Amino acid sequence: MTANDPSPHHLQLTRDGQLRHFLTLDGLSRDLLTDILDTADSFIEVGERTIKKVPLLRGRTVVNLFFESSTRTRSTFELAAKRLSADVLNLDISTSATSKGESLSDTLLNLEAMASDMFVVRHSQSGAPHFIAESVTPGVAIINAGDGRHAHPTQAMLDMLTIRQHKGGFEGLKVAIVGDVLHSRVARSQIRALNVLGVAEVRVIAPGTLLPKDVESLGCTVHYDMAEGMKDLDVVIMLRLQNERMEGALLPSEREFYRLYGLNRDKLALAHPDCIVMHPGPINRGVEIESAVADGPQSVILNQVTNGIAIRMAVMSMAMGGQLAERQRTQTQGGQV
Amino acid sequence: MTALLDIDQLLNELETGLRQVLADRGVDQPALIGIRTGGVWLADVLSKRLGLDEPFGELDISFYRDDFSRIGLNPRVKPSSLPFDTEGRDVILIDDVIMSGRTIRAAMNEIFDYGRPASIILATLIDLGARELPVQPDVVGRTLALEAHQRVKLRGPDPLHIELQEAGH
Repeated sequence: MTANDPSPHHLQLTRDGQLRHFLTLDGLSRDLLTDILDTADSFIEVGERTIKKVPLLRGRTVVNLFFESSTRTRSTFELAAKRLSADVLNLDISTSATSKGESLSDTLLNLEAMASDMFVVRHSQSGAPHFIAESVTPGVAIINAGDGRHAHPTQAMLDMLTIRQHKGGFEGLKVAIVGDVLHSRVARSQIRALNVLGVAEVRVIAPGTLLPKDVESLGCTVHYDMAEGMKDLDVVIMLRLQNERMEGALLPSEREFYRLYGLNRDKLALAHPDCIVMHPGPINRGVEIESAVADGPQSVILNQVTNGIAIRMAVMSMAMGGQLAERQRTQTQGGQV
Repeated sequence: MTALLDIDQLLNELETGLRQVLADRGVDQPALIGIRTGGVWLADVLSKRLGLDEPFGELDISFYRDDFSRIGLNPRVKPSSLPFDTEGRDVILIDDVIMSGRTIRAAMNEIFDYGRPASIILATLIDLGARELPVQPDVVGRTLALEAHQRVKLRGPDPLHIELQEAGH
């Protein structure tokens, strides 16, 4: 690889293998994912202190660029940036400049002119954060906060952190992802992360209409029958039914879906007795999951939210660190020429 | 040089010096904190030697380093752990080697994010001089003046020993 090689696999990494953007889990090694989890563990400790702040991003400007609405992801990214001592700007673009006709490129040029150091991007178009990372000024880090049906890498990593906390590791685990895999960027990133980190088995449990074509090629087995898919599970991850993304009749009815694929106490009883229950939120009670399960002793749904802050602190500080180290190298080399 | 770096001798110096400072200041219940990694090994040894019942704290200063903007984040960061409330306590802060003083500055910034200690006593096994910041240890095991090609490193935890490295030409 040459110094200026912009090949997509290396867009996320510096020449030294440090993270500089966080767009997708594709192409990232098990070692790097483990580094992210370990760093997040240290940030969990920071979140338990009297003063929940460290000075890593002091004087840096982080722009939350949300082209699609979000409550949990945006607020945990904001809190993560603030706990790293960054200055944070929240832009809800769906109600802003683009509605006045400004193009994405022009919006970005204006934000770069404000000396931003990092963009956290959510967009309904797959690949938008990647596009921005390719065109942004060198030295500015891009973090993907969810793009179309493509990826939601910080969500997948906070799920991995939650699994590791409760199970001690990944070896030998049987994990199932249940529900609307077709519309889920979270599921794609999760399947990738689980395979890279080396679980024993990844299953998807869903009706055929809610599965992407060739889903097995992502690295999972398919179960149409939930009772069968729940057997011996260590982790069950429920997905939100994304009604807003559904076009046409993919489902007979919500009630029918709940009967077949909703997680209730009876179905959970088929899994391993200490199987944990996860959900990226927001949950639709009585559509994907019974309240008694969502609030029950096996649920770790609120742990996921807490871990979301730590994972985002880890990814933001690692990517910013990579960018700063690269800026430093460029300056030093420039001085020598 | 080997004789100068006898670990037991240096630990004796450190223990004696610490007992003296604690007596001078009238401190009888100090809270011990070691800086990862060498300082933590030393905190383990000194905690026993000083007969402290309370578990000691472990500090990882990676989130407070002033060279983050030059080299990025240390990928091997571990959680800090202070198993006591630092607020109002007399703290003994221990590290293996002091040179520029930047590590100690970062460590003190971190300690203050847990609470406001009554005082901090700084103890280091080896002082190499070459300070870049106005930070001085209260207790030192040994002060050394190294040649430009020499490096010193504490190895451990079992057995704890000091390694003097001669860099090649």
